[in-house]
Amino acid sequence: MVNLALAWAERYRQIHPEVRISVTGGGSGTGLAALINGTVDIANASRKIKPEELKAASDQGNKPVELVVARDAIAVIVNLENPVDQLTLQQLADIYSGKINNWNEVGGDNRPIVRLSRETNSGTHVYFLETVVRLGQTNNKTLFSPDTLLLPSSEGISAEIRDNPNAIGYDGLGYVTSDMKVIAVAKDPDSPFILPSAQTVNNGEYPIARDLYMYTGNEPTGAIKNYLDWILTSEAQGIVTKLGFVPIKTQ
Amino acid sequence: MKITAKQGSKLNWSEFMITRLIVASGYSAILFVGLIFFFLLREGLPALWQVPLNSLLSSRWYPTEGHFAILPLLEGSIIVTLGAAFIAIPFGLGTAIFIAEVAPRWTREALKPLVEMLAGLPSVVLGFLGMMILAPFFRRFFDLPTGLTAFTGSLLLGGIAIPTIVSIAEDALDAVPRSYREAALAMGATQWQTIWKVTLPAARSGVLTAIMLGIGRTIGETMTVKMVTGNAPVLFKGLSSWFSPVRTMTATIAAEMGEVAKGSVHYEVLFLIGIILFLISMIVNVTASTMVFRQGKRSERILS
Repeated sequence: MVNLALAWAERYRQIHPEVRISVTGGGSGTGLAALINGTVDIANASRKIKPEELKAASDQGNKPVELVVARDAIAVIVNLENPVDQLTLQQLADIYSGKINNWNEVGGDNRPIVRLSRETNSGTHVYFLETVVRLGQTNNKTLFSPDTLLLPSSEGISAEIRDNPNAIGYDGLGYVTSDMKVIAVAKDPDSPFILPSAQTVNNGEYPIARDLYMYTGNEPTGAIKNYLDWILTSEAQGIVTKLGFVPIKTQ
Repeated sequence: MKITAKQGSKLNWSEFMITRLIVASGYSAILFVGLIFFFLLREGLPALWQVPLNSLLSSRWYPTEGHFAILPLLEGSIIVTLGAAFIAIPFGLGTAIFIAEVAPRWTREALKPLVEMLAGLPSVVLGFLGMMILAPFFRRFFDLPTGLTAFTGSLLLGGIAIPTIVSIAEDALDAVPRSYREAALAMGATQWQTIWKVTLPAARSGVLTAIMLGIGRTIGETMTVKMVTGNAPVLFKGLSSWFSPVRTMTATIAAEMGEVAKGSVHYEVLFLIGIILFLISMIVNVTASTMVFRQGKRSERILS
């Protein structure tokens, strides 16, 4: 999310040279801790603030205010020739952990499954591991199957998906192009299969998506309020799309 | 050239400086290699205390979850490099012999610069070609699950090593005195016998250097393998491993060093991999120079 925050700050500086915004990375916990200690005005976070963090803030006399600024959705993609259209989260977990190894086990052709992933240090990899491979269970220690291909770039994944009917991959919704097939995903076998789109992500139906937040120590005022208002404009949300995230307003 | 005493004082001074400069640059190479090795040791050796040896030699590389098995990465590098050597040595030597001994003059003059131009191709360009053209082709041709395999990497690395081998081996063959060939032909040897029994043995030390430098290039090559080998850290499972994805040591360092916290176990293990790479290329070089030394003496005996 730090890329997004940086891109916003950079653009805003061009429009309002009198405002100085400095952005530091380090993870959601770092940002929120700094907010609680009062060293920053805005904390960017890719998760909701925890109850204990809220309590720590109120002990300091602050009342953090939450604003959803963008969304992050991960699309599961396959080759256009692959007849499989939909998978449940459980099936995806079994594919990526190495329990399912042939497409015919999930209603496809008799073909081996080639699993593609981003490198282990990419945020997308970690999020996919926690949400899909471990099904969101914190005590689940399942890992990606060792034969998962770890590709260094989104382009590497796209190229292999376009060419190889055996492959399955995932990437930010913004990187998906029309020459690959997006899989509809269901939370559990009884739920409907949902394709990712700005709409299904925004109404919470698509399961592999999360909100991205900005927290302020108290009700924002002055320059901070102007900045947060600007972030919800179509110009700032256009940057969201450009970076492969989902804007919060459907145009 | 002799310098007379009268001109001497000024010339001697500049000569003195130049000699010292050359000596200094010679020793600085040793100093730099020593410093690099010292730095690698300092950053990488602590990993041996942090991670027990049997987990370094286990099968799982998943550093963000605390699995630090180097074995699959080591095997990946070895598979890809051996494959590249298998491809590059016969083709490289063949091309060098053709250019130096067989080809007519105009072909030689066109081929040599072309091969040397090949050496200047950036490896990222080769990697891109491999990813877009070679990998899809091999997937269809061999009916593999995916074309991003050790074999694809070997082939491209072979392509990277061939120009080095051709260029140096051709120079070595070219340096063999004409009289050797003429003598062999005069004694009734065919052209092939002359090449195989006389020219090639006479140029042996240069040819071996060519092969070792070629292999040295393939071990250290990073960008191409990272793009075409699929980077899956799996253990060696026999010949089929050559046609499956592998993850090499160089690709691992390149992919992970940028995002790792300095001083963490993961950081130290990446440096430990660097030490292993350093040792491997040192072994290759030392083997090459001892072989060249020994054979130099023998061929001198035969040919003098």
